[in-house]
Amino acid sequence: MAKKVIEVKDLHVHFKTFSGTVQAVRGVNFELFEGETLAIVGESGSGKSVTSNALMKLIPQPPGIYAAGEILLNGTDLIPLTDKEMSKIRGNDISMIFQDPMTSLNPTMKVGKQITEVILQHKTISRSEAKIKAIELLNKVGIPFPEKRYSQYPHEFSGGMRQRVVIAIALAADPKLLIADEPTTALDVTIQAQILELMKEIQETSKTSIIFITHDLGVVANVADRVAVMYAGQIVEYGTVNDIFYNPKHPYTWGLLGSMPDLDNEAEERLYTIPGTPPDLIHPPKGDAFAARNEFALAIDYEMEPPMFKVSDTHYAKTWLLHEQSPNIEMPHIVRKRIDSFLAKEAMHHD
Amino acid sequence: MFKYILKRLGYMLLALFVIVTVTFFLMRLAPGSPFASERNFPPAIEEKLNETYGLNNPWYIQYKDYLIDAATFNFGESMKYKARSTNDMIAESFPVSLTLGIEAMLIAIGMGVLLGVISALYHNKFPDYAATIIAVLGISVPSFILASVMQYFLAYKLDLFPTAGWNGFIYSILPAFAIALAHMGFIAKLTRSSMLEQSNSDYVKMARAKGLGKWKVVFKHSLRNALLPVVTYLGPLTAGVVTGSFIVEQIFAIPGLGKHFVQSITNRDYTVIMGTTVFYSIILLFTVFIVDILYSIIDPRIKLKGEKKS
Repeated sequence: MAKKVIEVKDLHVHFKTFSGTVQAVRGVNFELFEGETLAIVGESGSGKSVTSNALMKLIPQPPGIYAAGEILLNGTDLIPLTDKEMSKIRGNDISMIFQDPMTSLNPTMKVGKQITEVILQHKTISRSEAKIKAIELLNKVGIPFPEKRYSQYPHEFSGGMRQRVVIAIALAADPKLLIADEPTTALDVTIQAQILELMKEIQETSKTSIIFITHDLGVVANVADRVAVMYAGQIVEYGTVNDIFYNPKHPYTWGLLGSMPDLDNEAEERLYTIPGTPPDLIHPPKGDAFAARNEFALAIDYEMEPPMFKVSDTHYAKTWLLHEQSPNIEMPHIVRKRIDSFLAKEAMHHD
Repeated sequence: MFKYILKRLGYMLLALFVIVTVTFFLMRLAPGSPFASERNFPPAIEEKLNETYGLNNPWYIQYKDYLIDAATFNFGESMKYKARSTNDMIAESFPVSLTLGIEAMLIAIGMGVLLGVISALYHNKFPDYAATIIAVLGISVPSFILASVMQYFLAYKLDLFPTAGWNGFIYSILPAFAIALAHMGFIAKLTRSSMLEQSNSDYVKMARAKGLGKWKVVFKHSLRNALLPVVTYLGPLTAGVVTGSFIVEQIFAIPGLGKHFVQSITNRDYTVIMGTTVFYSIILLFTVFIVDILYSIIDPRIKLKGEKKS
């Protein structure tokens, strides 16, 4: 059994605003083992970025409040730690790759210094050794001429190269956990593929665990071991990649899979969309938060929140459809077709 | 870089020429003459005086002489104070104004940036409100009122400082504050808003995610970027300190250049007007020039024109 790196138990994060308290994260549970990748997917506003920022306690307080729950890093709860204690963990045990490489580097500081800064902060090492390590890192993330690049400013790098620098910074202190908050969203597709490839390589060599926040299911299939689908501040379905892609149980996951564009599909078909908008998290709806947008909603969905039903040892979903008394509802035709085409492709790979 | 500096110097000469010309014509357009305030003036003497100073020549001859004088920095004798050359007057009084100006600028920049940083760090908390109140008071209270209030309370009532005069460092404290406070307020507001903007930016969040301490994030990351607008303000600040000092020097009876500048205009003392104008213009043009160069040093994204791209 691999070592458990991080475990999140019943995490609640709220934000106080003028119009009321926004319950951005409402009871999130997950765990992550050494060397594994967990992908958190969901639409905008589902609480995935808040969850990831909460893990590093980067949510400004106020307006943020850690209302309940535990974040256990190697068994230590991070919630009660002070900012000073947290700064020993940030960048050292947990580090983060941000979404937009164009804005996440300091424009007036040389790239090399931005890397050595992390090393010097967390390791007892001399400046010149830190420099050697930084150049190694630049080389490792695939930046040509690292010695020359070391003393350049961010504006002298392209978007993809900057994201590589951001990754180098995140790796500088050999973290156990890397949180990547939509690291490829701001990049174009060819660069996206390169960055994903790089992250896989890094994981293979350094056994870092990765939490990958994204709304791109294509990326998820590519990088993740486990997937958590988030909706309205809760995880609604949790399982391995195979569970989620081949045997989805939650109607929201069906909606997400159905709304993925499929290039191989020759028949002309309308792209599936999930009707409606996410609920207002100042006053979360009674019952299942997804009920109002769910074409398969049962009467009980409007009354009571469903618990997490166990599908298999690795697969859980939060929907009343899994209850033994619920009517037997099949996933929509379009999702079935999509899954069949995944399976067909998979079979072709094996041949 | 060298090419850029040469080019800028060229533009500065052009700007100086325009300033000198405009001053000349404005000077002549204003009614009155250098000798109008003398009483019981026989016409023959006035005629003689005009001749001595070349005021009888047609305007283009005067303009030509004036340009040559300006180009050689030979501004001649004051028309009002006999046997005192303009250059001597500047040389005598400028060091006083310079000392006062530098003190005022140091106060304005140092305290302004400090207040701004404190405000931004304690955003919407007590220190922020306190710093904002000080800044707004500084901006809205005119320097002459501030000067009189300080003279009354700090000098006259409490006797902490001398009321007026110029006789060492202690004499310069009150006037320097009187000049600096408005600018300090402005810089504080500027620093506050730009610090807040930087604090919300991704790279500051990234710096926190690196595990750097609060103060390290402020000094190494946000402050440097936040100070760019403040550097831009240095040009106008110099102009403000220079012009602001006219009034304050008058109130504190300081023998600075500001007094000569204002008096020369009311006296129609043509040579002194010319001398002080050219002198101030050169100082201002150079400040703006230095600010531009400073800007490119602080922000590596800004390349000076004519500089080779690396």
